[in-house]
Amino acid sequence: MRLGECIEINAPPALVWEAVTDPSRYLHFMSGVTRWSVEDAQDAGPARLGARYRMLLRVGSAEVGGLIEIVEDKPERDLAWNSVTGVDQRGRWRIREREDGGSKVELRLQYGVAGSGVFGWIAEHLAARTVRDHLQRSLRQLKRQVEHEQLRAAAAERRAARAG
Amino acid sequence: MSSPTYTNGHGSPDAARATLRGDADQPELPSGGGGVLGSIVEGVKGLISSRIPPADLDERDPDYIRESLPRLWLLASLYFRGEVRGLGNVPEEGGVLLVGNHSGGNLTPDTIVFTLAFSTYFGVERVFHQLAHNLVLSFPGLSYLRKYGTVAASPDNARTALEAGAAVLVYPGGDYEVHRPSWQRHRVDFGGRKGFIRLALDQDVPIVPVVAAGGQETALFLSRGESLASALGLDRLFRLKVLPLSLALPWGLNIGDMLGHIPLPAKITVEALPPIHLREEFGPDPDVDEIYDHIMRLMQDTLEALAAERRFPVIG
Repeated sequence: MRLGECIEINAPPALVWEAVTDPSRYLHFMSGVTRWSVEDAQDAGPARLGARYRMLLRVGSAEVGGLIEIVEDKPERDLAWNSVTGVDQRGRWRIREREDGGSKVELRLQYGVAGSGVFGWIAEHLAARTVRDHLQRSLRQLKRQVEHEQLRAAAAERRAARAG
Repeated sequence: MSSPTYTNGHGSPDAARATLRGDADQPELPSGGGGVLGSIVEGVKGLISSRIPPADLDERDPDYIRESLPRLWLLASLYFRGEVRGLGNVPEEGGVLLVGNHSGGNLTPDTIVFTLAFSTYFGVERVFHQLAHNLVLSFPGLSYLRKYGTVAASPDNARTALEAGAAVLVYPGGDYEVHRPSWQRHRVDFGGRKGFIRLALDQDVPIVPVVAAGGQETALFLSRGESLASALGLDRLFRLKVLPLSLALPWGLNIGDMLGHIPLPAKITVEALPPIHLREEFGPDPDVDEIYDHIMRLMQDTLEALAAERRFPVIG
């Protein structure tokens, strides 16, 4: 099952990128995510190619996920991951700059269990509504966080200008 | 765990306790003396023994478990509306003994819900075994349980699994608890079985109590039928202490639950409690009875808290 949701964020791609590459922020804006931990201490910083995380997403009666690895890292444009263990998944943050300097952000998630047959197909489709809700809510929370961050930064600049 | 015949998917605690003491490796059936009765008993014993598969920890198949996760998810999420809390309390690695209360007759929804949650939370790569009586594994149609990691409740298997760093799930109350009347559904009752504590002490692994609510609402369980089992001589012939009576689909009055039943879609809630490191908490030479009382109190308190969240029978 492949799902994708989009949102417009009134902040430059750099700010969005900063948020989606910071593993410590995922629990704050990703809806339904109950775990997003670095597998290796050296991956505690911004996400980069090869970094591994253990993540779980609550869907129905289970927290599903597993070990994922960053497989694509194009700064301020694309961040993609694949599952290493656990449920099969491919995820992608796709960030594109708008003409007005804002960002169009898309979050894609493809998931399933290879070899699970018709029950897998049914489960994927029944879970899709929950997963889609999580994606939409995650994007709304990301937008709010990033835009608030930008507002706070702008206010700090104004204060500094007045003080100067 | 279930008695030799009335299987609930998790073996007999009596047998487990006996084997953990090193008294026996297989359930014993009485010889039955001489004559026709003796021949019949010997015949049944031989028939059962021939069906018992050799236990093998390697029969656990992570790929099979992984491919069956969607099936379990459908059952646990849609039918039982399962909710599992506190899995973060289970140590991330190393051997651990998960000790659960057991409900639901011979079909145990708490096990389905917990197995799914454990497998998705830690991944199917983490070795997870459930102790069960060998007869469970030889019961027609249940051999697939071995692929989930269900192994015979023998001291060797338990020790081997824990030494290998596996998480091992045991239901000490077994058949005694799983067939308790529905009006005792919010009672943890291990029937005084303490073998699991000796196992944890021997292997020096923590115990994580796992409390489940809702399973005893999947049918109307009337009685364990201990008197009936005794009157029919089942305890003497086959060491069957219970002959449970319940009202269950599709049978109506269900005697023995040998063929299982269709469970009502009761909401199942499971909570894993913080690990108990026995020697750290009870000293280098701990008193088994004290540990037992402590664990029972913790689990009973938790079960009552989970029960208090339920507003309606079955629906939860």
